[in-house]
Amino acid sequence: MQRFPPIDTQPHNDTLVEIRDLHFSRGGRPIFKGLSLKIPRGSITAIMGPSGTGKTTLLKLIGGQLKPERGQVLVDGVDVHRQGLADLYRLRRRMGMLFQSGALLTDLSVFENVAFPLREHCKLPERLLRTLVLMKLESVGLRGARDLMPSELSGGMARRVALARAIALDPMMIMYDEPFTGLDPITMGVIVSLIKRLNDALGLTSILVSHDVQEASSIADYLYLISDGQVVDAGTPDELEATASEWSRQFLKGLPDGPVPFHYPAPDYLTDLTEGR
Amino acid sequence: MLGPLQRLGRWGLGVFERLGRGHLFLLRILLSLGVAVTRPRLVIRELYSVGVLSLLIIAVSGLFVGMVLGYQGYITLVKFGAEEALGSVVALSLVRELGPVVTALLFAGRAGSALTAEIGLMKTTEQLSGMEMMAVDPVKRVIVPRFVAAFISLPLLAAIFSAVAVMGGYFIGVGLLGVDGGSYWSQMQANVDFYEDVMNGIIKSLVFGFVVAWIAVFEGHDTVPTSEGMSRSTTRTVVHSALAVLALDFILTGLMFGDI
Repeated sequence: MQRFPPIDTQPHNDTLVEIRDLHFSRGGRPIFKGLSLKIPRGSITAIMGPSGTGKTTLLKLIGGQLKPERGQVLVDGVDVHRQGLADLYRLRRRMGMLFQSGALLTDLSVFENVAFPLREHCKLPERLLRTLVLMKLESVGLRGARDLMPSELSGGMARRVALARAIALDPMMIMYDEPFTGLDPITMGVIVSLIKRLNDALGLTSILVSHDVQEASSIADYLYLISDGQVVDAGTPDELEATASEWSRQFLKGLPDGPVPFHYPAPDYLTDLTEGR
Repeated sequence: MLGPLQRLGRWGLGVFERLGRGHLFLLRILLSLGVAVTRPRLVIRELYSVGVLSLLIIAVSGLFVGMVLGYQGYITLVKFGAEEALGSVVALSLVRELGPVVTALLFAGRAGSALTAEIGLMKTTEQLSGMEMMAVDPVKRVIVPRFVAAFISLPLLAAIFSAVAVMGGYFIGVGLLGVDGGSYWSQMQANVDFYEDVMNGIIKSLVFGFVVAWIAVFEGHDTVPTSEGMSRSTTRTVVHSALAVLALDFILTGLMFGDI
């Protein structure tokens, strides 16, 4: 029997992840001040915003790695932060996450990294496990790299291996933390198409946290722009292109000055220069 | 005026907060110990890297400590014409004190710092977070096997240290300085009591193993995920372990031999 009944009693509705009035602060600095958003099932939703707005923190809150001060995170109708550890871990088996660094286990080969969640959670015969791992690696184009160690992989390859590992348990959703950062154009193109292809082929729900506007917009069905702890704009890429606020325009077009000032708040320049005398 | 007081207060609160975190972490480890029984392979792998790879430094150190004991013991005993008692002096010093203490100090430097660095690096590179998101508890998968391996390794290494050191004392005392070999062993056999001396030494190394393992895995898990944080954590492991071992040795010695 579940100790905490889910608040949303319709697990098969169109929303897979719902965040309600989320408040979270770190070191006394508020990161989220009443953030609310919905991630539709089966879609690719991009959450975008400038560096330091708490995008990665938001993924950790969705995954239950951090606890909010107030508000709820519902994943498939289950309140993530009201689960016991065992229930939370059961829920996480259905969530995949791709870390910015890949977070591969450095003492295991590519094959063993992808096999890791399967070995931990499923008692599979070695032959079947091998077939599954090779299928996952084939889907990211790295079947031939199975014997390499993580230290022998490029950044893009490491992310693809991490992606193969994230889909190893056939999750219902995958969270991508800055998947395009630090990649060359070709690798970036590969990752962009992989995210789209896997989402469609496996019927996943993808949450993409990024500040790479072009890449994220090219595959996302829906975009949320967050800043100062709240959603400042939301819509499809076309809607945002047409109706965005001044702040959103500055962000989406990468303008150096606008509502987000170029200068960090500081006292008057002249006073600052002369007061040292 | 209030500045130093505030800083002292903040420092004190910080120390108690860390102590609290450390104890809660230990509780999590103890509650997860079952994994060492259900998945012994994880512990065996760590036994190799924590225990077997520490063998060389322990054996070499033991040899030198034993040889020094042989020299120093002989120099003192010969003044009283009691050099025949060298075997018991060497053995008692080793099994009661030097074996457990020096092994624990060496172990903290060799294996403890390595454990902290390894776990800290796993945290810094998000490997622990990655495990959590794969629904794998890092405490069970990473921390407990290392903790148990360190706890098991230290008493065994202390025994090896003492054995090698006794041989070192023999080489110097008997081989070089001319003490009678039969006396060396018979004095040792007559004066070293299994329960009073050997068992107490084993108890000491079990306690030291527990504390060094706890400090090493906690510092690794609690590391600030930066290069500076890693450096601080490994340093703290060695310093805190050394201080804890020496302080506990004093307390345990008082409890074990205080009534003599």
